[in-house]
Amino acid sequence: MIIIGELINASRKAIGAAIEGKDAEAIKKVARDQFEAGANFIDVNAGIFVGEEPAYLKWLVETVQEEVDAPCAIDSPDPKAIEAGLAVHKGTPMINSISLEKERYDKLLPILAGTDLRVIALCMSDEGMPETVEDRLKIADKLVNGLIQKNVKVENIFVDPLVQPISVNNTFGVEFLDSVEEIMKRFPGIHTACGLSNISYGLPARKFMNQAFMVMAIAKGLDGAIMNPLDQKMMANIIAAEALAGKDKFCMSYLKAFRAKKFEV
Amino acid sequence: MAVKDIFQAVLEFDEAKVSELTRKELDAGTNIQSILNDGLINAMDEVGKQFSEGVLFVPEMLMAAQAMKAGLGVLKPHLADTDNKPKGTIIIGTVKGDLHDIGKNLVGMMMEGAGFNVVDLGVDVDTEKFVQAAKDNDAQIVALSALLTTTMPAMEATVASLKESGSGVKTMIGGAPVTEAFATKIGSDGYSDDAPGAVELARKLVAA
Repeated sequence: MIIIGELINASRKAIGAAIEGKDAEAIKKVARDQFEAGANFIDVNAGIFVGEEPAYLKWLVETVQEEVDAPCAIDSPDPKAIEAGLAVHKGTPMINSISLEKERYDKLLPILAGTDLRVIALCMSDEGMPETVEDRLKIADKLVNGLIQKNVKVENIFVDPLVQPISVNNTFGVEFLDSVEEIMKRFPGIHTACGLSNISYGLPARKFMNQAFMVMAIAKGLDGAIMNPLDQKMMANIIAAEALAGKDKFCMSYLKAFRAKKFEV
Repeated sequence: MAVKDIFQAVLEFDEAKVSELTRKELDAGTNIQSILNDGLINAMDEVGKQFSEGVLFVPEMLMAAQAMKAGLGVLKPHLADTDNKPKGTIIIGTVKGDLHDIGKNLVGMMMEGAGFNVVDLGVDVDTEKFVQAAKDNDAQIVALSALLTTTMPAMEATVASLKESGSGVKTMIGGAPVTEAFATKIGSDGYSDDAPGAVELARKLVAA
């Protein structure tokens, strides 16, 4: 599982304040904690600061990479902000995210063309949010083919099929899960990644539903997650589910996690 | 007290029972206003209250609204014969560049449940379209939704245009990144963080 640590997001109060106050130590701590908990990418988002986003994203990338030897996921729909982050980034970051919304697609495609950047491709178009497998595959097809034509490697693409809450329509879970399966089957070598917590919007005891949904998605082939890596129960569920899905040879990751006491949560 | 039974049936999310009881009350000659206000609308207020308190959840709110709508469907042909007027007209939509519809739909549904006439413009709605719809429908309120920090500026622009339009229409806003402070800053007449709160706010704005 490729884990994108989601905590450095300006819409979280403490992070927003830390960015505004240029509190590098606070940002570094959150980066370090996520890295040590297993994050492969550290997401950086300064979306609430209209006008200041490029400068703040640049600062976030620099600050995070001073602390941890990990790539960032540059989280913005704005090409100027993304380029500001890219300019100072060491190694190969992820762009979070392109979608089929025309303006966003047209502006981000040139940044990605011919590069080795990883990219999240969000199944969303100007026609609205997809609800069925068919809706999602239609968008994914166009996104993936558009990227490949611009010399983006299929293994650098992380399709986000877009999670919709089960509380408003009881088919939304299955439609998402079947989409993951179909995307992984149709585009060999591709990844799927998403934030899952939207599934439990409008319901109580959300963490149980989120954990169960993660396990079900892993069974269908999900191999990326935008999540809080400090959530130890979720991490334990992921490790067990990956072993069960046949992705953990001789259960070595599972056993390693056991010895590191990761199941004592 | 069979109107009370209608109220109860909505709270049990029982669509068939609400229809049946509403029909029975109509046949018995019970005051239509009483069936609507004391039965159906009161029940949705109770659902809203319990939702805000964390006792009921989104799927239950949806089921209650369906049950209420079933009763309303039975009443509707007869409402024209009374001096019943909608509690006001509300234009609702998600602002330009934003495709999120779930929160907006929940608010619209609860507004209908409270007896408002709701005109839903959908998602990714231009400022001009809000202004035009407010005029065409002689609306009292325009309710705006935004779920992205990147589309909150569109909310600000729409609120400004509605003010400039001189129609006197009130505005209210909501959505995950939206705050009371933002509402004040952009000069919106109100903000709510959930659907039942939006209903309460709409009542206040219409009464003001």
